[in-house]
Order: sequence, then structure tokens, then C-alpha cells
Amino acid sequence: MVPLSYYLVLSGFLFACGVIGFLIKRNILTIFMSIELMLNGVNLSFVAFAAHWHAIGGEAHGLVPLSGQIFVFFVMVVAAAETAVGLAIIIAVYRTRETLNVDQVNLLKL
Amino acid sequence: MSVHLILFLAFGAVCVAGAINLLAQTHPINSALSLIAVMAALAGEYLLLGAEFVAAVQVIVYAGAIMVLFVFVIMLLNAGVEEQTQGSRVAVLFGIPGMLLGSILVAWVVLRHSGTEAVAAGALPGDPVTIGQLLFHDFLLPFEITSILILIAIMGAVVLASKPPTSPAGVAPAEVD
Repeated sequence: MVPLSYYLVLSGFLFACGVIGFLIKRNILTIFMSIELMLNGVNLSFVAFAAHWHAIGGEAHGLVPLSGQIFVFFVMVVAAAETAVGLAIIIAVYRTRETLNVDQVNLLKL
Repeated sequence: MSVHLILFLAFGAVCVAGAINLLAQTHPINSALSLIAVMAALAGEYLLLGAEFVAAVQVIVYAGAIMVLFVFVIMLLNAGVEEQTQGSRVAVLFGIPGMLLGSILVAWVVLRHSGTEAVAAGALPGDPVTIGQLLFHDFLLPFEITSILILIAIMGAVVLASKPPTSPAGVAPAEVD
């Protein structure tokens, strides 16, 4: 038996690592991977809350059981779509700028 | 110390180590491999929570498909070691202490005030039959909408990644070397 809060702390840690990577990384691919890390952290808390909701008998309050796990699937679908479009954008950026460093992609900077 | 807690700590340690390694590595391929380790360990955590189908999909879709796409693009673009710049050092200086402070604060609040309700191993029936019945009855409309989303994303990716019709230099930069 593991307390729910342990899962939430792990989930928060993964999300925090994703935010840190998003801020400090300069490679556009690694920045994109940090976003995936954040999504994974959120998914963990979704699944943990689903199990917790079931354990305390939340179905009696009208919510569909297992909703948390269903939300994880939708997050995964959105992540897959986002990855496909994002990587295509990265390829297009590399084709025009010939760099993966976000500091050199500064066309809109003043 | 129960087996459940030991397994949680083992998978959690892999998650934490992988996430920190993702930040520490400078080459994108190393970061991608540590992200795969994080996702595989998260699949183990899902199994502990009884979400069998989510764990399988996590391995197949995330650690499999999405990360293969990442590794493919890294190799396609021949991504090298990233160079640090002045701006990112400022971010390190202020970002990491701030995030650590915030994380510790959130962890303290969660651990202090959430009580000790435990989540039993396999408490929730997350088998494919139950998930499938839910997905195709209660969540049928969102499910169909996501298929449209995926279709639009595929078309967008094809349009974005395809070669521009007329290149100003006469030849696309990717073909130079």
C-alpha cells in the first residue's frame, strides 16, 4: 500500500523536471522532449487519482468509473498529434535556418 | 515495508534518475534514451496502480512510437552537442533554485495535508475489456473527435515537412551536404 501523496510527489517532480528542461535547454529537440516529460508527469497523477477515486468509492457520486485512465488516453492522443506536427515544424525550421539552437531562431525578435 | 512500496520506490528511482539525466546530458540522443527509461518505469507505476491497459499503451505508443519518431528526427537532422549561451546561464541561475523551492513547497504541502489514504496494488480494474466498453460507450464522441484530430495532425505534418515548392536559393539547404 502506497499513499496517494507519494504518487503525486513523483508526478510533481517529473513535471518540475520538464519545466526546468524547457527553460534551460537550448536544443529545440530536447525542449520538445521536456514537454513530453511534463505530459507524462500529468498522466501519472491522472492514473493515481483514478485509483484513489475508486478506492474511496467515488463511483457512487455519479462520475463514470475509470475516467482518469480514459483521460490518459486522450492526453496520449494529443501528445502524439503534437509530436507529429512539432517534429515537422522542427524539420522545416532546420531546413530554412540550418540550426537546432533556439537562440539562433530569432526572426521575430526585436 | 510491503512489496508494493518497494516496487514503487524502485520504479520511482528509475523515473527520477532518468528525468535528472535528461537535464544533465548535452547530446539529444542521450536525453531521448533517458526519456525512454522514464516512460518504461512509468509503465511499471501504472501496473502497480492496476492500470494494465494504460501501461501497455504507454510502452507501445509513448516509449515505442513517439520516441522512435524523436530518435529518427535526431538522426535525420544529425543533431550534435548543444552549445550553452548566456541567456540559458541566467535561466539556470534563477530557474533551478526557484523550481526547487516550488517543488519542495508543493511536496511539503501534499505530504502534510493529504492524509495517509493508501492506493492498493491493482485496486482498480483497468483491463482492456472495461476500458474498451467505456471508450466506446460513454466516451464515444470524444473518441471520434480525437480521430479527426489525428487525421488533421497527420495532414499538417505532411504539409509542414514536405519540401517547399520553390526554394529561394534554387536548392534546399538539406541537399547541400
